[in-house]
Amino acid sequence: MFKIVKREEMVGGTIVLNEIEAPLIARKAKPGQFVILKANENGERVPLTMADTDPKKGTITIIYMVVGKSTAIFKSLKVGEGFQDVIGPLGKATHLENWGNVVCVGGGTGIAVLHPITRALKEAGNHVTSIIGARSKDILILEEQMKAASHELKICTDDGSYGHHGFVTEVLKDVLEKEDVKQVVAIGPVPMMKFVSLVTKGFDVPTLVSLNPIMVDGTGMCGGCRVSVGGETKFGCVDGPEFDGHQVDFDELMMRLQAYSDEEKACYNEYCMLDE
Amino acid sequence: MAKKEAAPRQAMPEQAPEIRRRNFEEVPLGYTAEMAVAEAQRCLTCKKPACVEGCPVNVDIPGFISLLSEGNFQGAIRNLWGKNSLPAVCGRVCPQEIQCEGKCILGKKGDAIAIGNLERFTADYARTNGNGELPPRQEKTGRKVAVVGSGPSSLTVAGDLVVKGHDVTVLEAFHKPGGVLVYGIPEFRLPKDIVAHEVDFLSRLGVDVECNSVVGRTVTVDELFEQGYDAVYVGVGAGLPRFMNIPGENLIGILSANEYLTRANLMKAYKFPEVDTPIPMGKNVIVLGAGNVAMDSARTAMRLGAESVKIVYRRSREEMPARNAEIHHAEEEGIELFLLTNPTKYIGNDKGRLTGMECLKMELGEPDDSGRRRPVPIKGSEFELECDLVVVAVGSGANPLLTQTTDDMKTNNWGYIEADPETGKTTKKGVWAGGDIVTGAATVILAMGAGRKAADSIHDYLTWGW
Repeated sequence: MFKIVKREEMVGGTIVLNEIEAPLIARKAKPGQFVILKANENGERVPLTMADTDPKKGTITIIYMVVGKSTAIFKSLKVGEGFQDVIGPLGKATHLENWGNVVCVGGGTGIAVLHPITRALKEAGNHVTSIIGARSKDILILEEQMKAASHELKICTDDGSYGHHGFVTEVLKDVLEKEDVKQVVAIGPVPMMKFVSLVTKGFDVPTLVSLNPIMVDGTGMCGGCRVSVGGETKFGCVDGPEFDGHQVDFDELMMRLQAYSDEEKACYNEYCMLDE
Repeated sequence: MAKKEAAPRQAMPEQAPEIRRRNFEEVPLGYTAEMAVAEAQRCLTCKKPACVEGCPVNVDIPGFISLLSEGNFQGAIRNLWGKNSLPAVCGRVCPQEIQCEGKCILGKKGDAIAIGNLERFTADYARTNGNGELPPRQEKTGRKVAVVGSGPSSLTVAGDLVVKGHDVTVLEAFHKPGGVLVYGIPEFRLPKDIVAHEVDFLSRLGVDVECNSVVGRTVTVDELFEQGYDAVYVGVGAGLPRFMNIPGENLIGILSANEYLTRANLMKAYKFPEVDTPIPMGKNVIVLGAGNVAMDSARTAMRLGAESVKIVYRRSREEMPARNAEIHHAEEEGIELFLLTNPTKYIGNDKGRLTGMECLKMELGEPDDSGRRRPVPIKGSEFELECDLVVVAVGSGANPLLTQTTDDMKTNNWGYIEADPETGKTTKKGVWAGGDIVTGAATVILAMGAGRKAADSIHDYLTWGW
């Protein structure tokens, strides 16, 4: 068992943080890599990009939104309990370099994945501007951590309850117009990554996105995580999870993420009814 | 007693096709003790047994069969274990018809001895009636061997080396051990508790099995040596799905056989929503390819409730690589063969879901490199097949996770590891490899044969040096 040593609920319990004992993974993991977690014997294998690792303590941290049965089961696990299986680190690590001026754009739980990459980019000597967004102030996560990891932090909310009233793309455009940005990293909901990539394409700024397609093994065996990148089929698990945002077919990815939407809904509803 | 050659081969009782096509229980039901003895008594116990030559691990076939014929079942299993650590598996999935049974003298005029069925009976009898006895284990040598992967070749290596006194750790990437025996071969052909029992047998012998360990990611081969292992065996299988590279391949409803079977077998998705992993429930299912994996996929789809299941294959029946018995089972279960047919394009709806497949009719032309007549498209023969699920079972390639992170280990142009066919030695000191990652996708027993040779070589190395 992989024991949970710390557990936090955020945003009214819709987002959960777990710090998990996994010394072999913590020792090897680099920013941008993911793990696969399975709660129990009948559980599904769920890929999640790590939000943090502590090689000394031998722990990894994941932050996830409760969206279906599997994540609801994850949420039900208390400190001292744990996951039956955690596999990783999987995927390629983020390519880190001192580009000079970089912008990190995050949305939703993608901010959790973006955070260690932002920190590493700053440590590599980059000047980091971060733009994070949420629908509303009360569902924005990791503001303090992102502030500490960046030189400058800009916040957007769709409803204007905090920071800029509007989308991250508007603020990004503004930054790209004023500054000579060499690299953008965007992690969040697929539509956000799609529109960020469209904006940066106009400015010809290379853009890295992190994808989370449906997969089973995470080691290149099943091919369920196929994504079209520059007209070629790539496997999200071993060729990614990070890709050139200007090359990714986001529309296809969005469709493929719906492959089991009916099954997932039915399964989640049944679980919630049992829970009541 | 009647004349030996006159006795008929004992037929294996099976679930009736119309029943089994909708359940996941094992198809053949197994011999009774009486049937096994009767079948064993047909054996001529040849002085120079050709059957043994036909077996990649040289099981003492006349030996265990003559023990069976005397009703000495415990003696028979002990004899089998001498050469084969996975008899319950081999009795079920080996292509006996081209190996041991294919060489049987009785087969020249009548029916060969049912060696596979007898092997299966012996192993099943030992599993259900045995006293749990273990083969003797030699004194500890203090040498440590890491075995990467837990499929048939790896389990063979682990079993052979642990009885020779070495400390063996098996590293498996999935959360359950067994490799292709667990994720690939369906329950109705190889029940998973049999695999679990075989793995448990190795654990009782002292093999340490560590799951969730992805060599190449969680740990590298070089790090294994740093951790104090004296030798490493790589038996990670092929495990890289091939697709057809035709338009529309990323539509929802097109899965590799690896994915489809892993969902069904390893994740037990056929029990969804009792388990949490879903699997696409196709109404009209097409399986591309005609090997054993294709048959497994088609028969799984039928059991999941498909209205129609078609095997689409570009060559003719004669070239189908699957075992005849599997093709026969599939047809009995209502699976249709669309031969000399090649897919050219997938068709989908506005939600990105598969609705059909465009095909071309083929005819056989001149022989190609493989010696088989090359299928040539017939001009203007395009037609469409309606389908909502396609399982692509056209073979697999070499998974690069381990090889890319291991220096000085040579691979060939296709990414398979170069290993000496006699010893399994790779170009990297202290590392052996065998099974599908060396040969490309093959059979369970060939992988076990490679494992046997490598285990002997590793033992020599640990005893005498490289």
